[in-house]
Amino acid sequence: MPLRSDIKKVLVIGSGPIVIGQAAEFDYAGTQACRALKEEGLEVVLINSNPATIMTDKAMADHIYIEPLTIDTVKRVIEIEKPDSLLSTLGGQTGLTLSMQLDKEGFLASHNVKLLGANRETIDKAEDRQMFKDTMEEIGQPCIPSKVVENLQDGIDFVGEIGLPVIIRPAFTMGGTGGGIANTMEEFHEIAENGLRLSPITQILVEKCISGWKEIEFEVIRDRKGNSITVCSMENVDPVGVHTGDSIVVAPAVTLSDKEFQMLRSAALNIVGALGVEGGCNCQFALHPTSFEYAVIEVNPRVSRSSALASKATGYPIAKVATKIAIGYTLDEILNAVTGTTYACFEPAIDYLVVKFPKWPFDKFVYGKRTLGTQMKATGEVMSIGVNFEQAMMKAVRSIELKLDTLSMPKLAPHTDEEIHGLLHNCDDERIFVVYEAIKRGISLDEIHRITMIDKWFLSKLQKLAQMEKGLSEGELTQEKYLAAKKNGFLDSTIEKLSGQSCKDFHRSASFKMVDTCAAEFAAKTPYFYSTYDEENEAAQFVEENHSGKKKILVFGAGPIRIGQGIEFDYCSVHCVWALKEEGCEAIIVNNNPETVSTDFDTSDRLYFDPLTPEDVDSILEVEKPWGCVVQFGGQTAIKLTKHLQEKGVNILGTSADSIDAAEDRERFDELLEKCGIPRPAGHTVFTTEEAVKAAEDLEYPVLLRPSYVLGGQNMIIAHSEQDVVEYMEIITSGGLENPVLIDKYMMGTEVEVDAICDGHDYLIPGIMEHIERAGVHSGDSISIYPAQNLSQKIRATIINYTGKLARELNVIGLVNIQYVVYKGEVYVIEVNPRSSRTVPYISKVTGVPMVDLATKIMLGAKLADLGYGTGLYPHADYVAVKVPVFSFEKLHDVDVHLGPEMKSTGEVLGIGRTFEEALLKGLSAAGYKMTGEKKGGVLITVRDSDKQEIIPIAEKFEALGFTIYATSGTALTLNSNMVAANTVRKLEEGTPNILDLFEEDKIDYVISTSSKGRKPMEHAVQMRRKAVERSIPCLTSLDTANALANCLSQHRGMEDVQLVDITTI
Amino acid sequence: MEQAKKAYLLLANGKVFEGYSFGAQGKTIGEVVFTTGVVGFQETLTDPSYCGQIITQTFPLVGNYGINGEDFESSRSYAKGYIVREWCDAPSNFRMTEDLDQFLKEQGVIGLYGIDTRALTRILRENGVMNGCITTELPEDKTQLLQEIADYRVASAVEETSCKESQPFPVEGSKYTIALYDFGYQYSIRRWLNRLGCSVVVVPPLTNAQEIKELHVDGIMLSNGPGDPADNQAIIANLKELAKTGLPILGAGLGHQMMALAMGGETVKMKHGHRGGNQPVTDLDFGTTFITSQNHGYTVTSIPQEMGRISHVNANDQTCEGVRYTVFPCVTVQFHPAVCSGPRDTDGLFREFVELIEKTKEDAVCR
Repeated sequence: MPLRSDIKKVLVIGSGPIVIGQAAEFDYAGTQACRALKEEGLEVVLINSNPATIMTDKAMADHIYIEPLTIDTVKRVIEIEKPDSLLSTLGGQTGLTLSMQLDKEGFLASHNVKLLGANRETIDKAEDRQMFKDTMEEIGQPCIPSKVVENLQDGIDFVGEIGLPVIIRPAFTMGGTGGGIANTMEEFHEIAENGLRLSPITQILVEKCISGWKEIEFEVIRDRKGNSITVCSMENVDPVGVHTGDSIVVAPAVTLSDKEFQMLRSAALNIVGALGVEGGCNCQFALHPTSFEYAVIEVNPRVSRSSALASKATGYPIAKVATKIAIGYTLDEILNAVTGTTYACFEPAIDYLVVKFPKWPFDKFVYGKRTLGTQMKATGEVMSIGVNFEQAMMKAVRSIELKLDTLSMPKLAPHTDEEIHGLLHNCDDERIFVVYEAIKRGISLDEIHRITMIDKWFLSKLQKLAQMEKGLSEGELTQEKYLAAKKNGFLDSTIEKLSGQSCKDFHRSASFKMVDTCAAEFAAKTPYFYSTYDEENEAAQFVEENHSGKKKILVFGAGPIRIGQGIEFDYCSVHCVWALKEEGCEAIIVNNNPETVSTDFDTSDRLYFDPLTPEDVDSILEVEKPWGCVVQFGGQTAIKLTKHLQEKGVNILGTSADSIDAAEDRERFDELLEKCGIPRPAGHTVFTTEEAVKAAEDLEYPVLLRPSYVLGGQNMIIAHSEQDVVEYMEIITSGGLENPVLIDKYMMGTEVEVDAICDGHDYLIPGIMEHIERAGVHSGDSISIYPAQNLSQKIRATIINYTGKLARELNVIGLVNIQYVVYKGEVYVIEVNPRSSRTVPYISKVTGVPMVDLATKIMLGAKLADLGYGTGLYPHADYVAVKVPVFSFEKLHDVDVHLGPEMKSTGEVLGIGRTFEEALLKGLSAAGYKMTGEKKGGVLITVRDSDKQEIIPIAEKFEALGFTIYATSGTALTLNSNMVAANTVRKLEEGTPNILDLFEEDKIDYVISTSSKGRKPMEHAVQMRRKAVERSIPCLTSLDTANALANCLSQHRGMEDVQLVDITTI
Repeated sequence: MEQAKKAYLLLANGKVFEGYSFGAQGKTIGEVVFTTGVVGFQETLTDPSYCGQIITQTFPLVGNYGINGEDFESSRSYAKGYIVREWCDAPSNFRMTEDLDQFLKEQGVIGLYGIDTRALTRILRENGVMNGCITTELPEDKTQLLQEIADYRVASAVEETSCKESQPFPVEGSKYTIALYDFGYQYSIRRWLNRLGCSVVVVPPLTNAQEIKELHVDGIMLSNGPGDPADNQAIIANLKELAKTGLPILGAGLGHQMMALAMGGETVKMKHGHRGGNQPVTDLDFGTTFITSQNHGYTVTSIPQEMGRISHVNANDQTCEGVRYTVFPCVTVQFHPAVCSGPRDTDGLFREFVELIEKTKEDAVCR
């Protein structure tokens, strides 16, 4: 039976802001779902609070609500739109939990809404620990000895039974938040207590720790007729103990014989059948390394991060197929879009090896605890495809953007052999590099296996890479040696570096192979490609056979999702591709991120799943010979290629490499500003610590330090003293300094941000944004308001004028993002980025100006004046939009939550309202702040001396709202002597009882904490803020945020009092 | 691995692939086929249905978990040659006893590695299966060798791979005994029947109806096997007689094809056949689709209406995957039900078979 006739209008719930454990993969899944629904002629209603997504685009759904993902809001959307069905399994854990809640309350039944994709029983059986165990027992599938407990004592008793170590897994939390492995009773106390609190149903699972077993996953799809298939098997390089999201994963599983493989595959099909899943499902198993004993670890009856990976690894569109199944189709009725001739009811055969490598945020959070465990810490990932493990691994390593081109990590080189041996015991983000170093030092594979439990198959492959590296550094380079190195994934530059000899005479470009779901058994219509070193070049053949005569344009994607370079850039890349197609061009994408829409096989005309390094890109250029290429939508990853492309004489569409350099090179930029008569905060360029200290003294503290050529304020700080400068310079110079460090006078004014489109002559400013937090907090971490609320006409005019001047002077063709600070009535330029920015998706949506679309057309030669959106400042929308950042601090231990010039947020939400107040209320609600209900709790205030005067009126507001004010001695003294009653509490270092006791007693609703020093985990203020985060207490580290929150609460309005906005009507 | 000797694959169309030698050395001619199975190379190598063929693995990394003593599908490898992109010289698995190279050497199977197996697969996909030769010495003048290659034909494959004498595999307390006709059977067929509580007697391909009666079996299983079904006229004639015994029959692979021929059906050689563990088969009676393991180069194209009907088809190309006969209790399928390597989704067929035996017995009692 095809489409169910009782489905006409479907509500899709998105996954909300990007947080660790729930990232871009759900935009990919949701987008595919929306398209699959629309393809069937169904009316689609979408709710998602994340404005940076492609799924919230007008083309994706008929009615779109960028509103808080709370149960009440979803109910209201259902009341307004009256959908007949709700698709629950494509919006991650967030979407699923909301759907289940609506179902359980009977709301769906009473509003005649059918639940698609999953039923309550299936979900309960999969997610409720006890029901899951019972179900597994019924069908004879082994689980790990475990017990669900709802209080600490029961947990302690159970540990007494099964012994340590144990794993603690809180129920119904995403990405394993709050879980961990306890090796001692003390650790058990801490983790269990934390887990119980974080679980929405106060439930944790205590289980026997099976660390060291192999971790194997299967992605299964089942339809209502019971047809079920496995799309892909995956094997974690890191054995059980490391969250699969933090594991290096290969697909397919490689160390299993057919017996083990079929045993687990059958188990997966049995489980999915027993749960009655209709759609996609992820099954995770632990397999004993030396027997057939196995255990089911976890089952996710929905589209997940792993299914995104499995989709990209095989070419099988899991989200699309799952959606079609949800609306009535069966697997044998759905066509395989890649071959165009076979059906979705088959198992992809792959003839290559895929490696997934996680991207962790520790390059940013230098003090973050790097240990990996059951709680995911990676913000994103890359995927690479090779004809062998070595090739795929080498591609992954250079895709991950750690400045590595082999597995040799320079910082490990100085360690002694004993130290390396010792480091093998640390299970952290650098373990694979330590393992590699250990192999190079001659530590035996058996010993490494004994310590790490990484399968010897992987270790021996790493050994081959190490041998190759050694071989290259010895003796003369020969054609044979060169080719062997290429087949193992070495870049020419790496070979040259290792051998000290030129590759010029040997050079060979990569050829390309197809991902076609069937290992070449059938001809493919919409394949994608990966590079390898074989004679046959399938891409070249494909290009020739499918010659369209259109202009070919290469679009470079943004690589892995990381803090500072998120999903927004995928939004831009995808929009660029769509615009190019619309303009009659052939659009070709190069990217390596499996979580994205841009790497979906049918987004572009052609997709190359490869690293974004100059040499990798060269081979693609040779095959495609594009008319032009686009770098300005792929974040810093793509921008970094500009210089190389220009040297190659490639036609770079839009702003030239020279202009990009003029904006980034400090001296050239200063010249430019001078020429335009635009002021900027005084500053210097330095290379050494001595220079930095001198410059800082010259500028007078506080000063702002940052490296040039970065995105997301990586390693940017405000230094208040010489000590800060020295500490900073030590960190930044440790990895070798290629580009200088910029040091500026820090101006504490209002930050204003502008995104503009320019055709070299005219410019269009869709909107001016103002940040709530004063300069000093990274723009990505600031609450940003469109349109700016507090700028005088004069300032506004100055900003428009400066923007025009800069865009014209830089000869911007396309997008430009400019940041200003308004200080004492003057406008200063902080930064100009001649490329797309983080704010483009949200401004496009709120203003209705399709920025990427226009920019793309302009790059192809169109003039703004002809595009129908006018020039200069675009008229204000009738709505105010407030973008609120969202953080993943609870998952990153030891990271200071204090906001500063270095970006820390992982995602964002948007509030759209008729007034600023409404929009802010929505934004804060969507970000997770509790904006309604009783206000009888307390606010803890502890601020640095320079903030003491300013905190008084804010504290007053909280007091007036009925909160009890607690403050540390200094702050309390100021407040009390200014007529704000504050209870004095001890700081952590002042003995007990102290702040922690207040936390324990649940007396604190908000913490307002600012300190002049920070970052280092041993600082008491940092520890206090960490404790607050761990207890899910909102921690406000900027007085501006605190003030905005107080004002918002003072309205005494809740979400129920404001209108919901369908953005398609704006 | 790097110092290995050069070796070549010469295809009937003159195309040469240059790689390296592993396993046994020398020259071999066979029918070059590809299989898309990712796991199960040991089972593939010991599957008698590959008799006379040079097997190409489309998955590039082969031998990762080594060879173990338990997973053989027959006593030896009948393959004429083995082609992989990369074989694993440091395999890892707790049951492993040796590596792929050692195994091929012992078995005398000539191997070739280091070629672009995907390019080869694409040739076979476009041109159909093709004869070829693996050799370490490629002559300058290939005329004679190409003639040899062109003349090659898989012959007497059933004879080569099947047993000469019957052999019992009893199960304690078994309810039924099944005669397993060995046309080059895979061990796992026997293992599955045993697991379901049936004793098995493996019998030579020409065991006649009278001999079967004397064995007092309750059902007949026709095994898979290599080669062109039409080559086996004597066996086909014998199957006609077996059908008359009224004993329930389950057929797989070659057994399925030969039964079809015995009942007046037709078979043809396919372009490149079905080989791999991911072939979708739709049971037309129930409308459900299963993933199956397959290895065949011929297919049944028709069955006389009065004899039975095509009951299973391949969901990709709609070719016949199974027949349910109406004139006598017999079901035959093209795929390998629950055979290693490959998925076990269709192990229900064996259960159905046992039920069929049960029902036939009951009916006999009633009569």
